[in-house]
Amino acid sequence: MSPAFLNPFGTLLLRDLKLAARSGGGAALALSFFALVATLVPLGVGADLKLLARVAGGILWVAAVLSALLSLDRLFQGDFEDGSLEVIALSPLALEMTALAKIMAHWLSTGLPLTLLSPVLALLFNLDVAPTVTLFLSLLIGTPAVSAVGAIGASLTLSLKRGGLILPLIILPLLAPAVIFGAGAVRLVLDGMGSGSALGLLAAFSFGAVLLSPFAAAASVRLNLGG
Amino acid sequence: MQFLFRYANPHNFMRLSGAVLPFTAIGAALALIAGLYLSFSVPPDYQQGRTVTIFFIHVPAATMAMGTYIAIALCSLLSLVWRHPLSDTAARAAAPLGAMFTALGLITGALWGKPMWGTYWVWDARLTSFLLLLFIYFGYMALWSAIEDEAKAARAAAILALVGAVNIPIIKYSVDWWNTLHQGSTVTAFKMAAVYYPPFFTMLLAYSLLFATLWMIRIRTAIVERRARNLMQGAAA
Repeated sequence: MSPAFLNPFGTLLLRDLKLAARSGGGAALALSFFALVATLVPLGVGADLKLLARVAGGILWVAAVLSALLSLDRLFQGDFEDGSLEVIALSPLALEMTALAKIMAHWLSTGLPLTLLSPVLALLFNLDVAPTVTLFLSLLIGTPAVSAVGAIGASLTLSLKRGGLILPLIILPLLAPAVIFGAGAVRLVLDGMGSGSALGLLAAFSFGAVLLSPFAAAASVRLNLGG
Repeated sequence: MQFLFRYANPHNFMRLSGAVLPFTAIGAALALIAGLYLSFSVPPDYQQGRTVTIFFIHVPAATMAMGTYIAIALCSLLSLVWRHPLSDTAARAAAPLGAMFTALGLITGALWGKPMWGTYWVWDARLTSFLLLLFIYFGYMALWSAIEDEAKAARAAAILALVGAVNIPIIKYSVDWWNTLHQGSTVTAFKMAAVYYPPFFTMLLAYSLLFATLWMIRIRTAIVERRARNLMQGAAA
């Protein structure tokens, strides 16, 4: 393996992934939360399989966004509190790339596992094969946007003791398009139409979010570091 | 640019706004009285009947809600890019006003919805995107008050305001898309009769003047508050 200074981006990404895996399982926690929300919904709305299939796309999308939120407040905060964020900021890696590495690490440790689990939960919601595939694809395309927009919120609140409370208020309204297009794609398939338009719009939103968020996140990390 | 910075100095701003304030306040009161009188004296609409009056209260509120956010975003841009010192204060002062206009738009929309659609709330595209706008205002205000260091809070809030400015058109578009997906348009396109224009524009003027008045008062209060705090710190030291 090459020394850290030759590939700072990869090193940081690998470090964050290791931290996520070893510090009490961010992914496992998010997955359990995801599954739990999906279990509580039928208890709340009744076991009518037709109804459940109808709302599955929306419920699972909302649940996935909420689950991804759980680990977001630690995205920069841990490194900020123990001072390693300042060291990372001094490295040759641009702060924007640091933010991108953290977004990728967050997605790989929560968004991707959530996406992989979603077909199993779709099964519990009596979702057919075609809409399940669409749900899987929409989560695969859309969850990077959740991590990216979430990173903006995480960096804005990184100096707050109780940032975890204000973070959802800031980013959930901004994530409305992801939920609309993601769950909309599933509903289009249920209505016997093609989901291409919704998935395309979702991809555009996700791409824009991943492209632009690192700049906003880096700007707010900078303001929090420069006392 | 020069022009913008002439009143960046709080002292200059206090002088100018102090001179302008009585006129906007009186103008707002007059326009509001005239506008409300006109709103209640128009002939009832052939479809909507008397409820057309709500239109004159509802639509300017919605316009101001969007306008205020644009004002906040522009102030944030000024503060982030050119370090304009007063624009942070101005952006913060505008936020509760924008939230109030948004809430007013939502409430009057709901009251209008009851006679028109038979229910207080429909998941109409406009109502829904306004609800999201209200939450964006709440998040913005919460971030301002959560961060203790005022300079940091100002910059964080400015970043959030700009992120929101990029995202709000996308949210608006996505909600429109979502709405046409699951139901046809519930809003009947209604072309306004000429008789409805005078009350509408008078009310729009009244709302704008009211906003200008309240905004200046809030900025002035923030400046005075900061001076008082500095004086107290000076006295304590």
